[in-house]
Amino acid sequence: MYILVVGGGVVGYYLCRALIEEGHEVLVIEKDAKKCEHFLDELGSVCMRGDGCEASTLSEAGTGRADIFIATTNEDEDNLVACQVAKHKFNVPRIIARINNPKNEKVFKKLGIDCTISVTNLLLEHIEEEIPTHPLVHLLTLARENLEIVEVKILRTSKSVGKTVKELPLPAGSILSLLIRNGQKPQVPSPDTLIEAGDRLIALTPGDQEETLRKALTGD
Amino acid sequence: MEVVIMGCGRVGAQLASLLDTDGHKVTILDIDAYSFRRLPPTFSGTALVGDGIDEDVLKKAGIEKADAFIAVTQGDNRNVMAAQIAKHLFNVPRVLCRIYDPLRKDLYEMLGLEAISPTTVFAHLLKERLETGAKGTKANLRKEK
Repeated sequence: MYILVVGGGVVGYYLCRALIEEGHEVLVIEKDAKKCEHFLDELGSVCMRGDGCEASTLSEAGTGRADIFIATTNEDEDNLVACQVAKHKFNVPRIIARINNPKNEKVFKKLGIDCTISVTNLLLEHIEEEIPTHPLVHLLTLARENLEIVEVKILRTSKSVGKTVKELPLPAGSILSLLIRNGQKPQVPSPDTLIEAGDRLIALTPGDQEETLRKALTGD
Repeated sequence: MEVVIMGCGRVGAQLASLLDTDGHKVTILDIDAYSFRRLPPTFSGTALVGDGIDEDVLKKAGIEKADAFIAVTQGDNRNVMAAQIAKHLFNVPRVLCRIYDPLRKDLYEMLGLEAISPTTVFAHLLKERLETGAKGTKANLRKEK
């Protein structure tokens, strides 16, 4: 596959390296001469100097035959414009944008750039995962269905301890899909399953019901 | 008319002042409060510190009721992004933006934006001035003799 990457920062560099290792044809577009040189020294001729938002640069880079276009700079407005040029002028079939300000996810979608990766959100999620007292961890967002897959840890102080699943005031549309208990095989909880301290529950919930689910399982 | 201007540089400040004098309700945005020094003391509109590509800041600036939005920051892409937010997310009836790079103008028109390139405008203006004064060229002077 021919993959175009705009932005030769840390993200662009490691992405480029990984894609080359996977055997793809990769070209990075970077404004800064020094960064371009670094690419040349380390990875060979995989970097073109230029502005990835400019149609003429993208034309020279052969954007018309690109299978995937990825904008990775740390400026959201630059990523937006680069992706829009790739989409509207060169009809690249798959476009991915890095987003730095999580607020912009919605804006990008409304302006036609559907596949976005919010770096800040990703970082937050991973940090949340590492904080042991944090009872609810995001595992996956199904954006199109507006569903979240979350992991809830049951603490000793949680209100749900000693209750069965059917007794819990779970929000509509949410499903407890997996129970992980120390020393046991993961199981699908039934309405009669008793919740114990230390349990980990994997649950599916509508995006706006997350807080209700957390309250139902851990209490406030 | 209610107008939101993004970017209080020389152009933004002067435009804000002109519209304000004509009795329009002007809100001007800039990420740096120091930029507002360019506004005249008589300016009766609102000067707001904030990033014009942030929806919440735009709402605070009254974009939902605005009749026009003008993006005149130094960054072309910033102007384009803000203009698209104003046009497509807030449905502002009239949206204008400044684009320094004339090469990009086609693209912006493709995105449905009304963009003005001061580079092109000024280059044409200079050429025009030069040509109207063409009588004074050395070649013409020789002919007159």
